[in-house]
Amino acid sequence: MNINEELVDHIAHLARLSFEGEAKDAIIADMKKITDFMDKLNAVDTDNVEPLIFMSDEINRLREDVPAQTVTHEEALRNAPKKDSDYFRIPKVLDK
Amino acid sequence: MRENYEAVIGLEVHAQMLTKTKAYSNDVNEYGAMPNTNISAITLGHPGTLPVMNKKTIEYAIKLGLALNCNIAEDQYFARKNYFYPDLPKGYQITQDKTPICTGGSVKIKTKDGVEKEIGITRIHMEEDAGKSIHDVDMYDTLVDLNRAGTPLLEIVTEPDLRSSDEAYAYLQEVRKLLRYLEICDGNMEEGSMRCDANISVMKKGSKVFGTKVEVKNMNSMRNVQRAIEFEINRQIEALENGEELFQETRSFDALNNSTISMRSKEAANDYRYFPEPDLQPIRVTEDQINGVKAEMPALPNDLFEKYTKEYKLSEYDASNLIEAKPIALFYNEVTAHTKNYKAAANWIMGDVKSFLNQRGLEMKDFPISAEQIAKLIGIIDEGKVSSTVASQSIFPAMLEAPEKDPLAIAQELNLIQESDEDSIKNYISQVIAQHPSEVERYRNGEKQLTGFFMGQLMRLSKGKADPKAANKLMREMLEQ
Repeated sequence: MNINEELVDHIAHLARLSFEGEAKDAIIADMKKITDFMDKLNAVDTDNVEPLIFMSDEINRLREDVPAQTVTHEEALRNAPKKDSDYFRIPKVLDK
Repeated sequence: MRENYEAVIGLEVHAQMLTKTKAYSNDVNEYGAMPNTNISAITLGHPGTLPVMNKKTIEYAIKLGLALNCNIAEDQYFARKNYFYPDLPKGYQITQDKTPICTGGSVKIKTKDGVEKEIGITRIHMEEDAGKSIHDVDMYDTLVDLNRAGTPLLEIVTEPDLRSSDEAYAYLQEVRKLLRYLEICDGNMEEGSMRCDANISVMKKGSKVFGTKVEVKNMNSMRNVQRAIEFEINRQIEALENGEELFQETRSFDALNNSTISMRSKEAANDYRYFPEPDLQPIRVTEDQINGVKAEMPALPNDLFEKYTKEYKLSEYDASNLIEAKPIALFYNEVTAHTKNYKAAANWIMGDVKSFLNQRGLEMKDFPISAEQIAKLIGIIDEGKVSSTVASQSIFPAMLEAPEKDPLAIAQELNLIQESDEDSIKNYISQVIAQHPSEVERYRNGEKQLTGFFMGQLMRLSKGKADPKAANKLMREMLEQ
Protein backbone atom coordinates (compact mmCIF):
# COMPACT_ATOMS: atom_id res chain seq x y z
CA MET A 1 0.00 0.00 0.00
CA ASN A 2 1.28 3.40 -0.93
CA ILE A 3 1.42 5.69 2.09
CA ASN A 4 1.73 9.22 0.83
CA GLU A 5 1.26 12.63 2.34
CA GLU A 6 -2.25 12.97 0.96
CA LEU A 7 -3.43 9.73 2.58
CA VAL A 8 -1.87 10.64 5.93
CA ASP A 9 -3.53 14.06 5.81
CA HIS A 10 -6.88 12.43 5.08
CA ILE A 11 -6.63 9.89 7.89
CA ALA A 12 -5.30 12.51 10.29
CA HIS A 13 -8.21 14.78 9.46
CA LEU A 14 -10.74 12.00 10.13
CA ALA A 15 -9.27 11.77 13.63
CA ARG A 16 -8.97 15.56 13.92
CA LEU A 17 -5.20 15.30 14.21
CA SER A 18 -2.57 17.17 12.24
CA PHE A 19 1.01 16.26 11.46
CA GLU A 20 3.55 18.70 10.11
CA GLY A 21 7.25 18.57 9.26
CA GLU A 22 9.26 15.91 11.04
CA ALA A 23 6.23 14.54 12.81
CA LYS A 24 4.59 13.92 9.48
CA ASP A 25 7.67 12.18 8.10
CA ALA A 26 7.77 10.00 11.18
CA ILE A 27 4.11 8.98 10.97
CA ILE A 28 4.48 8.22 7.27
CA ALA A 29 7.44 5.97 8.05
CA ASP A 30 5.50 4.21 10.84
CA MET A 31 2.46 3.66 8.72
CA LYS A 32 4.63 2.26 5.94
CA LYS A 33 6.07 -0.27 8.36
CA ILE A 34 2.59 -1.26 9.51
CA THR A 35 1.18 -1.66 6.02
CA ASP A 36 4.31 -3.51 4.82
CA PHE A 37 3.70 -6.00 7.61
CA MET A 38 0.05 -6.29 6.57
CA ASP A 39 1.14 -6.88 3.00
CA LYS A 40 3.26 -9.79 4.20
CA LEU A 41 0.19 -11.26 5.92
CA ASN A 42 -1.85 -10.64 2.82
CA ALA A 43 0.61 -12.69 0.80
CA VAL A 44 -0.45 -15.83 2.66
CA ASP A 45 -2.96 -17.90 0.71
CA THR A 46 -6.19 -17.84 2.78
CA ASP A 47 -8.59 -18.91 0.05
CA ASN A 48 -9.96 -21.86 1.98
CA VAL A 49 -9.79 -20.34 5.44
CA GLU A 50 -12.90 -18.97 7.15
CA PRO A 51 -12.32 -15.44 8.40
CA LEU A 52 -11.63 -15.33 12.13
CA ILE A 53 -13.33 -12.31 13.62
CA PHE A 54 -13.46 -13.20 17.30
CA MET A 55 -10.74 -14.80 19.35
CA SER A 56 -13.11 -16.84 21.51
CA ASP A 57 -16.14 -18.97 20.67
CA GLU A 58 -18.25 -17.28 23.26
CA ILE A 59 -21.65 -15.99 22.11
CA ASN A 60 -24.60 -14.17 23.70
CA ARG A 61 -22.72 -12.36 26.45
CA LEU A 62 -25.84 -10.44 27.38
CA ARG A 63 -27.04 -8.23 30.18
CA GLU A 64 -30.48 -7.98 31.82
CA ASP A 65 -32.23 -4.65 31.31
CA VAL A 66 -31.75 -3.42 34.88
CA PRO A 67 -30.56 0.16 35.45
CA ALA A 68 -27.82 1.25 37.85
CA GLN A 69 -26.08 4.52 38.59
CA THR A 70 -22.38 3.78 38.38
CA VAL A 71 -21.11 7.29 37.66
CA THR A 72 -22.56 10.48 39.13
CA HIS A 73 -23.08 13.71 37.26
CA GLU A 74 -20.20 15.34 39.15
CA GLU A 75 -17.85 12.44 38.48
CA ALA A 76 -18.76 12.47 34.80
CA LEU A 77 -17.78 16.12 34.43
CA ARG A 78 -14.80 16.03 36.78
CA ASN A 79 -12.10 15.36 34.21
CA ALA A 80 -13.51 17.56 31.48
CA PRO A 81 -11.10 20.32 30.41
CA LYS A 82 -14.01 22.72 30.12
CA LYS A 83 -17.46 22.42 31.65
CA ASP A 84 -20.22 24.20 33.52
CA SER A 85 -22.50 22.77 36.17
CA ASP A 86 -24.56 20.91 33.56
CA TYR A 87 -22.62 20.43 30.35
CA PHE A 88 -19.33 19.50 28.77
CA ARG A 89 -18.15 22.59 26.94
CA ILE A 90 -16.24 22.27 23.71
CA PRO A 91 -15.12 24.64 20.95
CA LYS A 92 -18.03 25.58 18.73
CA VAL A 93 -18.78 22.97 16.09
CA LEU A 94 -21.42 23.78 13.57
CA ASP A 95 -20.99 21.53 10.62
CA LYS A 96 -21.50 17.84 11.07
CA MET B 1 -44.26 18.99 -16.12
CA ARG B 2 -44.62 16.99 -12.92
CA GLU B 3 -46.79 14.34 -14.60
CA ASN B 4 -43.86 13.37 -16.86
CA TYR B 5 -41.82 12.31 -13.84
CA GLU B 6 -41.99 9.63 -11.22
CA ALA B 7 -40.49 9.99 -7.74
CA VAL B 8 -38.63 7.13 -6.06
CA ILE B 9 -38.42 7.33 -2.28
CA GLY B 10 -36.88 5.15 0.39
CA LEU B 11 -37.06 5.94 4.10
CA GLU B 12 -34.74 5.26 7.01
CA VAL B 13 -36.49 5.39 10.36
CA HIS B 14 -34.56 5.48 13.61
CA ALA B 15 -36.63 4.30 16.56
CA GLN B 16 -35.40 4.73 20.13
CA MET B 17 -36.19 1.61 22.11
CA LEU B 18 -38.19 1.90 25.33
CA THR B 19 -35.70 -0.17 27.28
CA LYS B 20 -34.90 0.77 30.86
CA THR B 21 -31.16 0.92 30.16
CA LYS B 22 -28.85 1.84 27.30
CA ALA B 23 -27.85 -0.49 24.47
CA TYR B 24 -24.42 -1.46 25.77
CA SER B 25 -24.38 -0.21 29.37
CA ASN B 26 -26.69 -0.18 32.36
CA ASP B 27 -27.21 3.57 32.78
CA VAL B 28 -30.80 4.78 32.61
CA ASN B 29 -32.42 5.30 29.22
CA GLU B 30 -34.99 8.08 29.58
CA TYR B 31 -35.93 11.33 27.92
CA GLY B 32 -35.87 14.66 29.68
CA ALA B 33 -33.48 14.02 32.59
CA MET B 34 -31.06 16.72 33.81
CA PRO B 35 -28.09 16.97 31.42
CA ASN B 36 -25.28 14.45 31.85
CA THR B 37 -26.94 12.46 34.63
CA ASN B 38 -27.79 9.27 32.72
CA ILE B 39 -24.22 8.34 32.00
CA SER B 40 -21.67 5.65 32.76
CA ALA B 41 -17.99 5.06 32.03
CA ILE B 42 -19.07 3.16 28.91
CA THR B 43 -21.39 5.91 27.70
CA LEU B 44 -18.64 8.46 28.33
CA GLY B 45 -16.28 6.35 26.22
CA HIS B 46 -13.62 6.10 28.90
CA PRO B 47 -10.60 4.02 27.94
CA GLY B 48 -10.59 0.42 29.09
CA THR B 49 -14.35 0.09 29.43
CA LEU B 50 -16.22 -2.69 27.67
CA PRO B 51 -19.77 -2.64 26.34
CA VAL B 52 -22.24 -5.40 27.28
CA MET B 53 -25.26 -6.00 25.08
CA ASN B 54 -28.77 -5.42 26.48
CA LYS B 55 -30.92 -8.55 26.12
CA LYS B 56 -34.09 -6.48 25.79
CA THR B 57 -32.94 -4.68 22.65
CA ILE B 58 -32.59 -8.00 20.85
CA GLU B 59 -36.05 -9.05 22.02
CA TYR B 60 -37.55 -5.77 20.79
CA ALA B 61 -35.83 -6.10 17.41
CA ILE B 62 -37.19 -9.64 17.04
CA LYS B 63 -40.67 -8.36 17.96
CA LEU B 64 -40.59 -5.76 15.22
CA GLY B 65 -39.09 -8.25 12.78
CA LEU B 66 -41.92 -10.71 13.44
CA ALA B 67 -44.56 -8.00 13.08
CA LEU B 68 -43.17 -7.09 9.66
CA ASN B 69 -42.64 -10.71 8.54
CA CYS B 70 -38.87 -10.30 8.32
CA ASN B 71 -36.24 -13.01 8.36
CA ILE B 72 -34.44 -12.98 11.70
CA ALA B 73 -30.71 -13.57 11.31
CA GLU B 74 -29.43 -16.46 13.34
CA ASP B 75 -25.84 -15.27 13.70
CA GLN B 76 -24.95 -11.65 14.12
CA TYR B 77 -22.05 -9.51 15.12
CA PHE B 78 -21.53 -5.80 15.56
CA ALA B 79 -19.36 -3.31 13.73
CA ARG B 80 -17.69 -0.02 14.50
CA LYS B 81 -18.72 2.91 12.37
CA ASN B 82 -15.91 5.39 12.88
CA TYR B 83 -16.35 9.12 12.83
CA PHE B 84 -15.12 11.95 14.96
CA TYR B 85 -17.74 14.10 16.57
CA PRO B 86 -17.98 15.43 20.13
CA ASP B 87 -21.37 13.87 20.92
CA LEU B 88 -19.89 10.45 20.13
CA PRO B 89 -17.25 10.09 22.84
CA LYS B 90 -15.87 6.72 21.74
CA GLY B 91 -15.15 8.00 18.24
CA TYR B 92 -17.25 5.23 16.76
CA GLN B 93 -20.84 4.07 16.82
CA ILE B 94 -21.47 0.40 17.60
CA THR B 95 -23.90 -0.74 14.92
CA GLN B 96 -24.73 -3.73 12.77
CA ASP B 97 -23.20 -3.50 9.34
CA LYS B 98 -22.87 -6.90 7.66
CA THR B 99 -25.40 -8.83 9.76
CA PRO B 100 -28.59 -6.83 10.41
CA ILE B 101 -30.94 -8.67 12.79
CA CYS B 102 -33.90 -8.45 10.37
CA THR B 103 -34.06 -8.53 6.59
CA GLY B 104 -36.94 -8.69 4.13
CA GLY B 105 -40.53 -8.25 5.27
CA SER B 106 -42.90 -5.42 4.49
CA VAL B 107 -45.26 -2.77 5.79
CA LYS B 108 -48.79 -2.57 4.38
CA ILE B 109 -50.03 0.91 3.70
CA LYS B 110 -53.22 2.28 2.24
CA THR B 111 -52.71 4.97 -0.38
CA LYS B 112 -54.97 8.00 -0.67
CA ASP B 113 -57.21 6.23 -3.19
CA GLY B 114 -57.68 3.39 -0.70
CA VAL B 115 -55.41 1.00 -2.60
CA GLU B 116 -53.30 -1.33 -0.50
CA LYS B 117 -49.58 -1.33 -1.17
CA GLU B 118 -46.72 -3.27 0.37
CA ILE B 119 -43.55 -1.36 1.15
CA GLY B 120 -40.57 -3.69 1.25
CA ILE B 121 -38.20 -3.61 4.22
CA THR B 122 -34.55 -3.95 3.23
CA ARG B 123 -33.20 -4.35 6.73
CA ILE B 124 -33.62 -3.53 10.41
CA HIS B 125 -30.50 -3.29 12.50
CA MET B 126 -29.57 -2.49 16.09
CA GLU B 127 -27.34 0.43 16.95
CA GLU B 128 -26.83 3.22 19.47
CA ASP B 129 -27.80 6.87 19.51
CA ALA B 130 -25.29 9.71 19.90
CA GLY B 131 -25.42 12.42 22.57
CA LYS B 132 -26.77 15.89 21.95
CA SER B 133 -24.73 18.93 20.96
CA ILE B 134 -26.30 22.29 21.68
CA HIS B 135 -24.90 25.00 19.43
CA ASP B 136 -27.26 27.90 19.94
CA VAL B 137 -27.21 28.55 23.68
CA ASP B 138 -23.67 29.82 24.24
CA MET B 139 -21.82 32.29 22.06
CA TYR B 140 -18.43 30.60 22.13
CA ASP B 141 -18.92 27.01 23.17
CA THR B 142 -20.92 24.04 22.04
CA LEU B 143 -22.58 22.31 24.99
CA VAL B 144 -22.64 18.52 25.07
CA ASP B 145 -25.20 16.39 26.89
CA LEU B 146 -24.46 12.67 26.81
CA ASN B 147 -27.73 11.40 28.34
CA ARG B 148 -28.90 10.21 24.93
CA ALA B 149 -25.57 8.62 24.01
CA GLY B 150 -25.88 4.85 23.89
CA THR B 151 -29.70 4.79 23.69
CA PRO B 152 -30.67 1.64 21.78
CA LEU B 153 -31.97 2.33 18.28
CA LEU B 154 -33.52 0.22 15.60
CA GLU B 155 -32.87 1.53 12.13
CA ILE B 156 -35.61 0.46 9.74
CA VAL B 157 -34.69 0.82 6.07
CA THR B 158 -37.22 0.47 3.25
CA GLU B 159 -36.75 -0.55 -0.34
CA PRO B 160 -37.18 2.35 -2.78
CA ASP B 161 -40.86 1.41 -3.04
CA LEU B 162 -42.53 4.69 -2.17
CA ARG B 163 -43.70 6.91 -5.02
CA SER B 164 -45.12 10.02 -3.36
CA SER B 165 -44.98 12.12 -0.22
CA ASP B 166 -48.46 10.83 0.67
CA GLU B 167 -47.22 7.26 0.57
CA ALA B 168 -44.26 8.22 2.75
CA TYR B 169 -46.65 9.78 5.25
CA ALA B 170 -48.88 6.70 5.24
CA TYR B 171 -45.82 4.48 5.74
CA LEU B 172 -44.64 6.51 8.74
CA GLN B 173 -48.12 6.37 10.24
CA GLU B 174 -48.14 2.58 9.94
CA VAL B 175 -44.64 2.18 11.36
CA ARG B 176 -45.42 4.46 14.29
CA LYS B 177 -48.65 2.59 14.99
CA LEU B 178 -46.77 -0.73 14.97
CA LEU B 179 -43.98 0.54 17.24
CA ARG B 180 -46.63 1.75 19.68
CA TYR B 181 -48.69 -1.45 19.54
CA LEU B 182 -45.53 -3.44 20.21
CA GLU B 183 -44.67 -0.98 23.00
CA ILE B 184 -41.04 -0.85 21.93
CA CYS B 185 -40.86 2.87 21.00
CA ASP B 186 -43.17 5.77 21.82
CA GLY B 187 -42.96 7.09 18.25
CA ASN B 188 -42.71 10.76 19.17
CA MET B 189 -41.06 12.55 16.24
CA GLU B 190 -41.20 15.95 17.95
CA GLU B 191 -39.12 14.64 20.87
CA GLY B 192 -36.91 12.69 18.49
CA SER B 193 -37.75 9.21 19.77
CA MET B 194 -38.65 8.41 16.16
CA ARG B 195 -36.65 10.07 13.39
CA CYS B 196 -36.71 9.79 9.64
CA ASP B 197 -34.30 10.41 6.78
CA ALA B 198 -35.58 10.26 3.23
CA ASN B 199 -33.75 9.20 0.06
CA ILE B 200 -35.40 10.85 -2.89
CA SER B 201 -34.82 10.74 -6.63
CA VAL B 202 -36.92 11.41 -9.69
CA MET B 203 -36.95 9.79 -13.12
CA LYS B 204 -38.90 10.13 -16.33
CA LYS B 205 -42.12 8.16 -16.16
CA GLY B 206 -41.66 4.62 -17.40
CA SER B 207 -37.88 4.76 -16.97
CA LYS B 208 -36.18 1.74 -15.46
CA VAL B 209 -33.15 3.69 -14.26
CA PHE B 210 -33.41 5.61 -11.00
CA GLY B 211 -32.24 9.21 -10.98
CA THR B 212 -29.54 10.67 -8.72
CA LYS B 213 -30.46 10.12 -5.09
CA VAL B 214 -30.54 12.92 -2.53
CA GLU B 215 -30.79 12.28 1.20
CA VAL B 216 -32.88 14.69 3.28
CA LYS B 217 -32.47 14.93 7.05
CA ASN B 218 -33.78 16.92 10.01
CA MET B 219 -37.51 16.54 9.68
CA ASN B 220 -39.05 16.49 13.12
CA SER B 221 -42.64 15.60 12.32
CA MET B 222 -44.46 13.35 9.88
CA ARG B 223 -45.93 16.42 8.19
CA ASN B 224 -42.44 17.83 7.73
CA VAL B 225 -41.29 14.59 6.12
CA GLN B 226 -44.17 14.93 3.71
CA ARG B 227 -43.41 18.60 3.02
CA ALA B 228 -39.67 17.99 2.60
CA ILE B 229 -40.29 15.20 0.09
CA GLU B 230 -42.77 17.34 -1.79
CA PHE B 231 -40.28 20.20 -1.99
CA GLU B 232 -37.42 17.93 -2.99
CA ILE B 233 -39.37 16.23 -5.80
CA ASN B 234 -40.24 19.61 -7.27
CA ARG B 235 -36.70 20.94 -6.87
CA GLN B 236 -35.23 17.95 -8.64
CA ILE B 237 -37.74 18.01 -11.51
CA GLU B 238 -37.15 21.72 -11.98
CA ALA B 239 -33.39 21.25 -12.02
CA LEU B 240 -33.65 18.47 -14.61
CA GLU B 241 -36.02 20.52 -16.76
CA ASN B 242 -33.48 23.35 -16.69
CA GLY B 243 -30.80 20.96 -17.84
CA GLU B 244 -28.95 21.10 -14.51
CA GLU B 245 -27.09 18.16 -13.10
CA LEU B 246 -28.14 16.73 -9.72
CA PHE B 247 -25.53 15.72 -7.15
CA GLN B 248 -25.71 12.86 -4.78
CA GLU B 249 -25.72 14.85 -1.55
CA THR B 250 -27.27 15.29 1.85
CA ARG B 251 -29.71 18.13 2.35
CA SER B 252 -31.31 19.48 5.47
CA PHE B 253 -35.00 20.35 5.72
CA ASP B 254 -35.66 23.94 6.67
CA ALA B 255 -39.13 23.97 8.21
CA LEU B 256 -39.32 27.78 8.36
CA ASN B 257 -38.81 28.23 4.64
CA ASN B 258 -40.33 24.89 3.71
CA SER B 259 -37.30 23.99 1.61
CA THR B 260 -34.14 21.87 1.70
CA ILE B 261 -30.60 23.18 1.94
CA SER B 262 -27.43 21.40 0.89
CA MET B 263 -25.31 20.19 3.82
CA ARG B 264 -22.31 19.62 1.58
CA SER B 265 -19.18 20.89 3.24
CA LYS B 266 -15.53 21.06 2.29
CA GLU B 267 -15.13 17.85 4.21
CA ALA B 268 -14.22 14.76 2.22
CA ALA B 269 -17.02 12.26 1.68
CA ASN B 270 -17.89 10.30 4.81
CA ASP B 271 -15.39 7.57 5.37
CA TYR B 272 -16.70 5.40 8.19
CA ARG B 273 -14.07 2.63 7.96
CA TYR B 274 -16.39 -0.08 9.26
CA PHE B 275 -14.79 -3.07 10.92
CA PRO B 276 -16.06 -5.78 13.28
CA GLU B 277 -16.52 -4.62 16.90
CA PRO B 278 -14.16 -6.84 18.89
CA ASP B 279 -15.57 -5.78 22.28
CA LEU B 280 -18.99 -7.37 21.79
CA GLN B 281 -19.26 -11.11 21.34
CA PRO B 282 -21.49 -12.35 18.52
CA ILE B 283 -25.18 -12.97 19.07
CA ARG B 284 -26.99 -16.14 18.18
CA VAL B 285 -30.77 -16.07 18.01
CA THR B 286 -32.38 -19.46 18.50
CA GLU B 287 -35.68 -20.80 17.22
CA ASP B 288 -36.78 -21.12 20.87
CA GLN B 289 -36.10 -17.48 21.52
CA ILE B 290 -38.10 -16.44 18.45
CA ASN B 291 -41.00 -18.68 19.50
CA GLY B 292 -40.87 -17.16 22.98
CA VAL B 293 -41.23 -13.66 21.55
CA LYS B 294 -43.96 -14.88 19.18
CA ALA B 295 -45.96 -16.25 22.09
CA GLU B 296 -45.96 -12.84 23.73
CA MET B 297 -46.82 -10.79 20.67
CA PRO B 298 -49.79 -8.48 21.23
CA ALA B 299 -52.60 -8.31 18.68
CA LEU B 300 -51.45 -6.04 15.86
CA PRO B 301 -53.55 -3.31 14.25
CA ASN B 302 -54.00 -5.21 10.99
CA ASP B 303 -55.27 -8.31 12.83
CA LEU B 304 -57.73 -6.19 14.79
CA PHE B 305 -58.89 -4.49 11.59
CA GLU B 306 -59.61 -7.91 10.06
CA LYS B 307 -61.48 -9.04 13.14
CA TYR B 308 -63.56 -5.87 13.42
CA THR B 309 -64.55 -5.83 9.75
CA LYS B 310 -64.97 -9.57 9.14
CA GLU B 311 -66.17 -10.92 12.45
CA TYR B 312 -67.82 -7.85 13.98
CA LYS B 313 -69.08 -6.54 10.61
CA LEU B 314 -67.98 -2.99 11.39
CA SER B 315 -67.43 -0.60 8.49
CA GLU B 316 -63.80 -0.05 7.40
CA TYR B 317 -64.17 3.51 8.63
CA ASP B 318 -65.19 2.46 12.14
CA ALA B 319 -62.54 -0.25 12.27
CA SER B 320 -59.69 2.01 11.22
CA ASN B 321 -60.77 4.64 13.75
CA LEU B 322 -60.79 2.08 16.54
CA ILE B 323 -57.34 0.68 15.76
CA GLU B 324 -55.71 4.10 15.38
CA ALA B 325 -54.49 4.04 18.99
CA LYS B 326 -53.83 0.87 20.92
CA PRO B 327 -55.46 1.92 24.24
CA ILE B 328 -58.74 2.66 22.43
CA ALA B 329 -58.65 -0.68 20.59
CA LEU B 330 -57.95 -2.50 23.85
CA PHE B 331 -60.87 -0.77 25.57
CA TYR B 332 -63.12 -1.69 22.65
CA ASN B 333 -61.97 -5.31 22.92
CA GLU B 334 -62.88 -5.26 26.58
CA VAL B 335 -66.33 -3.78 25.96
CA THR B 336 -67.04 -6.36 23.27
CA ALA B 337 -66.07 -9.10 25.71
CA HIS B 338 -69.23 -8.09 27.61
CA THR B 339 -71.65 -7.26 24.83
CA LYS B 340 -72.39 -8.67 21.41
CA ASN B 341 -73.65 -5.34 20.11
CA TYR B 342 -70.32 -4.55 18.40
CA LYS B 343 -71.64 -1.62 16.41
CA ALA B 344 -73.12 0.08 19.49
CA ALA B 345 -69.86 -0.46 21.37
CA ALA B 346 -67.94 1.18 18.51
CA ASN B 347 -70.40 4.09 18.44
CA TRP B 348 -70.12 4.69 22.16
CA ILE B 349 -66.35 4.66 22.13
CA MET B 350 -65.87 6.76 19.01
CA GLY B 351 -68.68 9.08 20.16
CA ASP B 352 -69.40 9.83 23.81
CA VAL B 353 -66.24 8.28 25.28
CA LYS B 354 -63.84 9.94 22.84
CA SER B 355 -65.48 13.34 23.03
CA PHE B 356 -65.35 13.19 26.83
CA LEU B 357 -61.61 12.42 26.65
CA ASN B 358 -61.00 15.14 24.07
CA GLN B 359 -62.90 17.76 26.05
CA ARG B 360 -60.92 17.05 29.17
CA GLY B 361 -57.63 16.43 27.38
CA LEU B 362 -57.46 12.97 28.93
CA GLU B 363 -56.11 9.69 27.65
CA MET B 364 -57.91 6.38 27.49
CA LYS B 365 -56.17 5.14 30.62
CA ASP B 366 -57.69 8.05 32.57
CA PHE B 367 -61.26 7.15 31.56
CA PRO B 368 -63.18 6.50 34.79
CA ILE B 369 -65.86 4.08 33.59
CA SER B 370 -64.97 0.42 33.16
CA ALA B 371 -65.54 -1.41 29.88
CA GLU B 372 -68.00 -3.71 31.62
CA GLN B 373 -70.14 -0.78 32.77
CA ILE B 374 -70.24 0.60 29.22
CA ALA B 375 -71.37 -2.83 28.04
CA LYS B 376 -74.13 -2.80 30.69
CA LEU B 377 -75.28 0.60 29.49
CA ILE B 378 -75.50 -0.76 25.95
CA GLY B 379 -77.40 -3.72 27.39
CA ILE B 380 -80.17 -1.65 28.99
CA ILE B 381 -80.60 0.33 25.76
CA ASP B 382 -80.88 -2.91 23.79
CA GLU B 383 -83.45 -4.21 26.26
CA GLY B 384 -85.54 -1.09 25.65
CA LYS B 385 -85.23 0.06 29.27
CA VAL B 386 -83.82 3.44 28.29
CA SER B 387 -83.57 5.26 24.98
CA SER B 388 -80.11 5.93 23.57
CA THR B 389 -80.76 9.65 23.83
CA VAL B 390 -81.48 9.39 27.54
CA ALA B 391 -78.48 7.10 27.95
CA SER B 392 -76.17 9.59 26.30
CA GLN B 393 -77.62 12.76 27.83
CA SER B 394 -78.37 11.63 31.38
CA ILE B 395 -77.01 8.21 32.32
CA PHE B 396 -73.52 8.48 30.79
CA PRO B 397 -72.78 11.80 32.57
CA ALA B 398 -74.07 10.29 35.83
CA MET B 399 -71.80 7.28 35.34
CA LEU B 400 -68.82 9.60 34.91
CA GLU B 401 -69.65 11.01 38.35
CA ALA B 402 -70.19 7.61 39.95
CA PRO B 403 -68.28 5.06 37.86
CA GLU B 404 -69.01 2.21 40.27
CA LYS B 405 -72.78 2.58 40.05
CA ASP B 406 -74.80 0.21 37.92
CA PRO B 407 -76.29 2.03 34.87
CA LEU B 408 -79.69 0.46 35.47
CA ALA B 409 -79.67 1.62 39.10
CA ILE B 410 -78.80 5.12 37.91
CA ALA B 411 -81.67 5.01 35.40
CA GLN B 412 -84.08 3.94 38.14
CA GLU B 413 -82.85 6.52 40.59
CA LEU B 414 -83.18 9.31 38.06
CA ASN B 415 -86.56 7.93 37.06
CA LEU B 416 -85.46 7.45 33.49
CA ILE B 417 -86.77 3.95 32.82
CA GLN B 418 -88.61 4.00 29.55
CA GLU B 419 -92.32 3.27 29.62
CA SER B 420 -93.07 0.67 27.03
CA ASP B 421 -96.23 -0.45 28.75
CA GLU B 422 -98.98 0.03 26.12
CA ASP B 423 -101.68 1.31 28.44
CA SER B 424 -99.66 4.13 29.87
CA ILE B 425 -98.41 5.16 26.41
CA LYS B 426 -101.98 5.04 25.08
CA ASN B 427 -102.99 7.23 27.95
CA TYR B 428 -100.40 9.86 26.94
CA ILE B 429 -101.52 9.64 23.32
CA SER B 430 -105.15 10.19 24.23
CA GLN B 431 -104.14 13.30 26.11
CA VAL B 432 -102.12 14.60 23.14
CA ILE B 433 -105.03 13.98 20.78
CA ALA B 434 -107.47 15.67 23.13
CA GLN B 435 -105.22 18.73 23.54
CA HIS B 436 -104.58 19.31 19.83
CA PRO B 437 -107.80 18.78 17.88
CA SER B 438 -106.89 21.06 14.95
CA GLU B 439 -103.52 19.34 14.36
CA VAL B 440 -105.27 15.98 14.53
CA GLU B 441 -107.65 17.12 11.85
CA ARG B 442 -104.82 18.37 9.62
CA TYR B 443 -103.05 15.03 10.12
CA ARG B 444 -106.13 13.14 9.14
CA ASN B 445 -106.39 15.36 6.06
CA GLY B 446 -102.99 14.16 4.91
CA GLU B 447 -100.31 16.20 6.77
CA LYS B 448 -98.48 13.08 7.89
CA GLN B 449 -95.37 15.05 8.85
CA LEU B 450 -97.24 16.18 11.97
CA THR B 451 -96.27 12.84 13.54
CA GLY B 452 -93.10 14.55 14.71
CA PHE B 453 -95.12 17.22 16.47
CA PHE B 454 -97.32 14.65 18.23
CA MET B 455 -94.32 12.61 19.30
CA GLY B 456 -92.75 15.77 20.72
CA GLN B 457 -95.88 16.45 22.74
CA LEU B 458 -95.97 12.87 23.94
CA MET B 459 -92.35 12.95 25.03
CA ARG B 460 -93.03 16.18 26.89
CA LEU B 461 -95.93 14.62 28.75
CA SER B 462 -94.00 11.44 29.54
CA LYS B 463 -90.84 13.41 30.41
CA GLY B 464 -88.94 11.52 27.74
CA LYS B 465 -89.62 8.13 29.21
CA ALA B 466 -92.02 6.71 26.66
CA ASP B 467 -90.36 4.10 24.50
CA PRO B 468 -90.23 5.99 21.20
CA LYS B 469 -90.56 2.91 19.03
CA ALA B 470 -93.70 1.63 20.70
CA ALA B 471 -95.10 5.14 21.04
CA ASN B 472 -94.59 5.90 17.37
CA LYS B 473 -96.46 2.79 16.34
CA LEU B 474 -99.36 3.34 18.76
CA MET B 475 -99.55 7.02 17.85
CA ARG B 476 -100.07 6.23 14.16
CA GLU B 477 -102.66 3.59 14.98
CA MET B 478 -104.65 5.89 17.22
CA LEU B 479 -104.45 8.86 14.82
CA GLU B 480 -105.64 6.71 11.91
CA GLN B 481 -108.67 5.59 13.85
